[in-house]
Amino acid sequence: MQLFMRTAHELHDLMMKKEISAEELSKAVFDRIESAEDKIGAFITRTTENAFKRARAVDRQIQSGEKIVPLAGIPLAIKDNICTSGILTTAGSKILSNFVPPYSATVVERFDAAGAAMVGKTNLDEFAMGSSTENSAFFVTRNPWNTSKVPGGSSGGSAAAVAAGEAVCALGSDTGGSIRQPASFCGVVGMKPTYGAVSRYGLIAYASSLDQIGPLARDVTDCALMMNVICGHDQLDSTSAQYQAQDYTGFLRDDVRGMRFGVPEEYMAEGIDPAVRAVIIKAMERLESLGAIVEYTTLPHTEYALPTYYMIAPAEASSNLARYDGVRYGIRAEDAEDVIDMFMKTRSKGFGNEVKRRIMLGTYALSAGYYDAYYLKALKVRTLIKEDFDRAFEKYDLLLSPVSPTTAFRIGEKTDDPLQMYLSDVCTISVNLAGIPGISIPCGFVDGMPVGLQLMGRHFDEGTLLRAAYTFEQNTDYHKHYPEL
Amino acid sequence: MPQYETVIGLEVHIELKTRSKIFCNSTTEFGGEPNTHVCPVCLGLPGVLPVVNKKVVEYAIRAALALNCEIAEFSKFDRKNYYYPDMPKNYQISQYDLPIAQHGCLEIDTENGPRKIGITRLHMEEDTGKLVHQGTITTTPFSLVDYNRAGVPLIEIVSEPDLRSPEEARQYIEKMRAIILYTGVSDCKMEEGSLRCDANISVRPMGMEGLGTKTEIKNLNSFKSLLKSLSYEVERQIETLEEGGRIIQETRTWDEAKGVTLSMRSKEQAHDYRYLPDPDLVPMEIDRNWVDDIRRSLPELPDERKERYVEEYGLPAYDAAILTNTKELADYFEVCVKAWPNPKAVSNWIMGDLTRLLNSSGQEITGCKIAPENLASLLRLIDKGTISGKIAKNVFEEMFTSGRDAESIVKEKGLLQISDESAIIAIVDEVLAKNPGPVDDFKAGKERALGFLVGQVMKASKGKANPEMVNKLLREKL
Ligand SMILES: [Zn+2]
Repeated sequence: MQLFMRTAHELHDLMMKKEISAEELSKAVFDRIESAEDKIGAFITRTTENAFKRARAVDRQIQSGEKIVPLAGIPLAIKDNICTSGILTTAGSKILSNFVPPYSATVVERFDAAGAAMVGKTNLDEFAMGSSTENSAFFVTRNPWNTSKVPGGSSGGSAAAVAAGEAVCALGSDTGGSIRQPASFCGVVGMKPTYGAVSRYGLIAYASSLDQIGPLARDVTDCALMMNVICGHDQLDSTSAQYQAQDYTGFLRDDVRGMRFGVPEEYMAEGIDPAVRAVIIKAMERLESLGAIVEYTTLPHTEYALPTYYMIAPAEASSNLARYDGVRYGIRAEDAEDVIDMFMKTRSKGFGNEVKRRIMLGTYALSAGYYDAYYLKALKVRTLIKEDFDRAFEKYDLLLSPVSPTTAFRIGEKTDDPLQMYLSDVCTISVNLAGIPGISIPCGFVDGMPVGLQLMGRHFDEGTLLRAAYTFEQNTDYHKHYPEL
Repeated sequence: MPQYETVIGLEVHIELKTRSKIFCNSTTEFGGEPNTHVCPVCLGLPGVLPVVNKKVVEYAIRAALALNCEIAEFSKFDRKNYYYPDMPKNYQISQYDLPIAQHGCLEIDTENGPRKIGITRLHMEEDTGKLVHQGTITTTPFSLVDYNRAGVPLIEIVSEPDLRSPEEARQYIEKMRAIILYTGVSDCKMEEGSLRCDANISVRPMGMEGLGTKTEIKNLNSFKSLLKSLSYEVERQIETLEEGGRIIQETRTWDEAKGVTLSMRSKEQAHDYRYLPDPDLVPMEIDRNWVDDIRRSLPELPDERKERYVEEYGLPAYDAAILTNTKELADYFEVCVKAWPNPKAVSNWIMGDLTRLLNSSGQEITGCKIAPENLASLLRLIDKGTISGKIAKNVFEEMFTSGRDAESIVKEKGLLQISDESAIIAIVDEVLAKNPGPVDDFKAGKERALGFLVGQVMKASKGKANPEMVNKLLREKL
């Protein structure tokens, strides 16, 4: 197998055995980027020099006999809404097309400290608003399994990069499914940690109470290794939880005997492509055969998740995105007559349609006279949705569902119909509203396109999630399939 | 013509003097080159997050306790959304429905005796930056923005509409300022903007139950403009009503130069701030033990201190009020009294000569060169008869300019009072010999002549002779 398609933990072993150098690895990945990027379009910015510098530093460490940490020298892609000091960070938006942050996100600092070799910044739906990466202000990213299809979104660039061998692992962000859904569409592992498990400092905010940074990787072990790097309290983020950092690889045991899985009926009902449902049912049977207890259950408020999300997220977004006014950074309309005109022209030119749509939606929801009926009501329903999960977790260790109702759809198929686009997140959104962790792992194919299995866990119970995902992976070989490019 | 009653409520913004800003580590120091006291957080760069400065919460609680407020058990921050280029995020982090404190009061002295003015709420928020225009806001070709003040912690204190005259409003602010200064959480310098005031004002016919339509006057940045603008607005409103007009609910600004209030924007144009709980800041549960600790650390406040001065030192209420107006002055008084326990004399000197010299030289009591112990020694010299009261005034002025102590000035200049009988007798004899006329007058029963002779003795002694002894010895001799 080619180097750029191997997992981080395999590559680490190869480096430690001195069979390959970190520099050779970076070279292999950049050669791959060179050949594949025309077809995929995963990166907004490549950070070649940075990656090689890092790789050579790791090689020197290995040469001098030092022990290196697991992700040292591993080519890593970072979603372009995560700030990187001195490196262009656009959030996929024209309004930030010239923004170079003077600081790095906490997760970037942590990966720097771990010696990872950042290869570039990946494409996304503008400000992470979207489910196909078609809302990027710059270009469309294509699905490595079928380049006429979308990679999912909003972390489509990160998922496509990992799937296509343009990076070994990647960071994404997940507000309503933005890691899990592209992971599912691209056949990689993607995890949204518990809200508060990972610092949001330096993540360009979309909806602050829902956003969470998380890993995209080739397998569950790599996912756990990345979690080890990014999780833990950060004093720069008040919403980051005070909890003991742990070694998530300790949970990677091939054993689900006696583990109880609940399958919410609402997630398997109409609207789910029957072929996808069939793949999920097969996965349920596989888990049962491994000794797990799998039962149908119910999350009665599921039907309200989408409307609740589309009140809360745009409301927060309308406020979070108010700062992009051309005064301090980013682009500025030059032909303005006065300051109000400058705000309006800058924002009219700088934002794309989906972003404008959500800003208007959110502004409306927060307006005097509507606040109680919309925003406040949405907060109350959010509580009910959380309570659904609390009740389910009294009985089950994990919940199981498809990640998305369909496999990756065609580019352009849903761009004219925002509601259809929103529906592709129907299975992932509740997890963000409840603040719980969720993971997408490859569990089969429909017409050659990958299907993702979603597992959802209790707050801060990523361990159980990883153990179940690992067990499923060890007993299947879907993660060993690679797209032909 | 009906009699009108004025109804005023005040919103006071006070800057807290914490070392760093409310949500980041940038310094709060005043001045500095534009945009040097900033960081990614207070500049609102993409992806940054606020983290609340615990000291700000502590100071807010401290101020709130001093204003007799109830401290919330659960409080949160909200975003107040509106677009203005001096706001880095185009929202201000403030507190909306769960402020840190509510239901306080402070007492002011009115013509009809002391009155409690209700305080509705006290909340924390961040200050904004500052626009620098070339010329005026309407003609400037461009504006510059300085974010040094962005993120400086403020508390906003909202009063009930309990104030009944511009003078009461002034008293309220003065009292508020005195109390906050006592707590040490702010400098309360109106001219530097660390104490700012907006006023809501309406009038109603005497005896009416409800409130009249109010106007809001923004940015009153001195006691003088507060008093003048409110007086103007009261008259304007009454005049409007008398002419059969109606008051429009609007925001008005005070034009200092013209001495009038001008309409800024009406209610119809008022902002919809679209408040929402700030999802970047977790709600605060305020630990009761912490509140108790803060309460215990509060100094004795002006009202209590004033009462104690009346009871413990037997001072008139008027003296007590003036002495306790600032903590520094009261502390000065107390050090002085400790060293020379004659409270009334100490009070007289502080309120008289000391205040006069401080005012004429534009100094604060904190910068006064006369140490309180030295003032006490001066008073001891007077009471013991070592120097005369008249000479003491000169010594005092010398102390004020040089900062030297009373004894050494008296010694150096030979100002000791002459109380030695033989020395005074010598002068008395000399004066009697030189003034046979007045001596005869006195002997003929003209009591007034004695005064002249005393004066002559004092003059001959250069004012140092003990006047009582001079009197006594003269009578004996005559
Ligand atoms: Zn700062």
